[in-house]
Amino acid sequence: MLRLINFAHSEIFMIGTFGALFATQWMGLEPPEDIHSGLPLILILVGAGLVAMAASGTAAVVLERVAYRPLRRRGAPRLAALISAIGASFFLQEVFARWRGRNPEPFPRVLAKRQLAGFLGANIRADKVLVFLAAIGMMLVLNRFVGTTRLGRGIRAVAQDPETAALMGVNIDRVITVTFLLGGIMAGAAGLLFMVTYENTVYDIGFVLGVKAFTAAVLGGIGNLRGALLGGLVLGLMENYGGAVFGSAWKDVIAFVVLVLVLMVRPTGLLGEALARARA
Amino acid sequence: MSWQGRLSRLDVRGRAADGWARLPVWARAGALIGLAAFFYVLPLFKVPLLDTPESDFASVLFYPVGVYVLMAVGLNVVVGLAGLLDLGYVAFFAIGGYTMALLGVHAHWSFFEVLPVSIVLSVVAGVVLGTPTLRLRGDYLAIVTLGFGEIIRITARNSNPLGGPRGIFGIPHPPNVGGLRFGIIDPKPYYWLLLTLLIVTIAAVRRLERSRVGRAWTAIREDEDAAELMGVPTFRFKLWAFAIGAGIGGMGGTVYATKAISITPDNYPFILSILFLSAVVLGGSGNLVGVIVGGFVVAYLPERFRGFAELRVLVFGAALVVMMAFRPQGLIPSRRRAIELKEPEPAGGLGTLPATPRQTGG
Amino acid sequence: MTFGGVTALDTVDLVVREGEIVALIGPNGAGKTTVFNVVTGVFEPDDGDVRLRGASIAGHRRYEITRAGVARTFQNIRLFADMSAIENVMVGADARHKTSVAGAIARTRRHRAEEREGRTRAVELLDLVGIGRRGEEAARNLPYGDQRRLEIARALATGPQLLLLDEPAAGFNPREKRGLIELIRRIRDTGYTVLLIEHDMGLVMGMSDRVVVLDFGRKIADGPPGAVQQDQRVINAYLGVPADAP
Repeated sequence: MLRLINFAHSEIFMIGTFGALFATQWMGLEPPEDIHSGLPLILILVGAGLVAMAASGTAAVVLERVAYRPLRRRGAPRLAALISAIGASFFLQEVFARWRGRNPEPFPRVLAKRQLAGFLGANIRADKVLVFLAAIGMMLVLNRFVGTTRLGRGIRAVAQDPETAALMGVNIDRVITVTFLLGGIMAGAAGLLFMVTYENTVYDIGFVLGVKAFTAAVLGGIGNLRGALLGGLVLGLMENYGGAVFGSAWKDVIAFVVLVLVLMVRPTGLLGEALARARA
Repeated sequence: MSWQGRLSRLDVRGRAADGWARLPVWARAGALIGLAAFFYVLPLFKVPLLDTPESDFASVLFYPVGVYVLMAVGLNVVVGLAGLLDLGYVAFFAIGGYTMALLGVHAHWSFFEVLPVSIVLSVVAGVVLGTPTLRLRGDYLAIVTLGFGEIIRITARNSNPLGGPRGIFGIPHPPNVGGLRFGIIDPKPYYWLLLTLLIVTIAAVRRLERSRVGRAWTAIREDEDAAELMGVPTFRFKLWAFAIGAGIGGMGGTVYATKAISITPDNYPFILSILFLSAVVLGGSGNLVGVIVGGFVVAYLPERFRGFAELRVLVFGAALVVMMAFRPQGLIPSRRRAIELKEPEPAGGLGTLPATPRQTGG
Repeated sequence: MTFGGVTALDTVDLVVREGEIVALIGPNGAGKTTVFNVVTGVFEPDDGDVRLRGASIAGHRRYEITRAGVARTFQNIRLFADMSAIENVMVGADARHKTSVAGAIARTRRHRAEEREGRTRAVELLDLVGIGRRGEEAARNLPYGDQRRLEIARALATGPQLLLLDEPAAGFNPREKRGLIELIRRIRDTGYTVLLIEHDMGLVMGMSDRVVVLDFGRKIADGPPGAVQQDQRVINAYLGVPADAP
């Protein structure tokens, strides 16, 4: 929406993972595992999730205030915002590296990762189902929000034409803050889900994921929520199939190659905004 | 008025530029030669303020300072002059390095034989990468270039012919030239070699800036569609910028490898692309003098303050944020950028063509 | 020419003869700028062709079309804001230059000759349009009227056969408009052919050899100014036809 590559978003995510970790520590849960089920499980997940979302959301808003708003005020070129984002990214990573050390920290398993079903030879585990459902749920909620609420309209208006939006009385600062907040909350939720699935985190967990996430967004078409989801799906599939065919070391390469190929054919991504860009 | 406002009123930069322009040709040539001489002589002295306590000054001058400056000049062509967002410049650095390594170790070529080959290879890589991707909008180009940088590194790590994760060892030094011995102990000849290449590169880029090529790049940066309608073959010139940047990057990589003796994929991480980019942006994207200073600053400061090695990344990150907040146009902005950022955009914007997303970069 | 369901241009048959000044008029939204965009290659026509001296130029790259001899100015001024006036015009002149990248680095004779020629031509053109004294100023610092004129100079520098002017008099006061008429006549007399979009009827009638009227993407009139002015369909288009008219 802001035409800004928020490099530091991966660190917002990382903060979310730590938020989830701390939440479990406060709840007295210890690694390697402390399985629960039913209501206690739900409470644990929701509780940790809320903490993670709060942590990430706050971090995102602060980030916006400190690293991006001053640039907006000065009408700085986008490249400057990108550099600032990168600087913030390194800074945050380093802060956590010094605070928590550079070694991965474990997360207790609270969900029994039973196989729920089999599907064409693939194993459908409980935690994967959780992640899947959560992702869909979040997407629906976000879609609803952006589509129907006043703030959501504001976001869309600013995305299309900030000047006019401002003239129409939209509070740009507030809209931007809300956008970052939303992004942060989603990252926090993702952080919790990540912890449930992978059971550890470390200060630079964000980077690779961040690049993949950005790739997925670009693949689907920047500025397009459904596109981002589709992009993520396609990317994930391609990576895993490609990894199976070529060897897992090449997974990341596959992802990028796919990206380049798709962009060559559809320069705005799979579901990208239709641009009236005529053939040159 | 803020101190920045007062400072810009003085127009130090403008006056300096005018003063320079007024000097007769011989005076300017003399000044430049003097400046060059200063840099050649630099490693022979231990300049108290500039000295790096923890490591050999002359060695630092070669790497990271000299190399970073060269890379900044190269990346500036892509980012600063043509306005393209490249987040994977390290790829060309790697290509240059690996070419030197492979041809030097397995085919026993000398540095001077390898250099033109690696420049050509880098240019080819640039063209190969650029042709499908330069039509893309800024953000997309950024991620694709980033990907390319990572692809090169990962490929190097996964391929045994390229040395795999251990890399390649035993890269030959350049053959001795004149009285200069390219050995292990003395970094000065390498520095002088690099400096010479740097001067040639700067001269070439300067000439380009002052020609139709430079004008075309500026026009593309300002308004790509209008430029094309005025007869500028935009894609072609963008590709040229990309290719030239790639060639310079490869050159830097080759020189680095020949001194380093061994290289591994870990020598070419993503953060290096960002460091190069920071050098360009911090120094003043688009401005040759600016990016030279930027390269120097980004390379030199961490070395100077090695005592604070622990906090280096932290300070670097914070410095980037602070710099952009207070002086996004860089230390020595190009004259245009200085104008761009002083006055707000006229309301209503330009253009009547439907919203093309093409943004002027940088 | 359609855009996602909106038919911008529907069967527009437009001929401009060499040495003419043709005005393209019509109510807002009639599709006039779209015509320009199609001719200059910004859009490719869904159907039909664009021909310059008999040779088809539709579907070619924009810069090729410019080099073939079609140049334009813009409704909302699109100068290279931070380049000087002279540099802006020189970019136009570069359209005809052949110096290569290598040539520029090596400063070949051709490079130096073309640089000289470009600069000379730029100065001439700036004088022609009347802003000769402001050559070194940044384009964004020029007063509005001079900016419009600079755009014309830049377009002329590309050495076109056909010059497309998109509302060249927008925002001009009457004195400036008279100056503009002079200028356009001078341009035509130098040998260029001009097609212009304008809303100022006085300007149009006083200057054009022929007037073409568009409405809702269709050509509804084409002829000498006097005739078009009397044409009932044109009057209707501008004033709007009442709902109960026959």
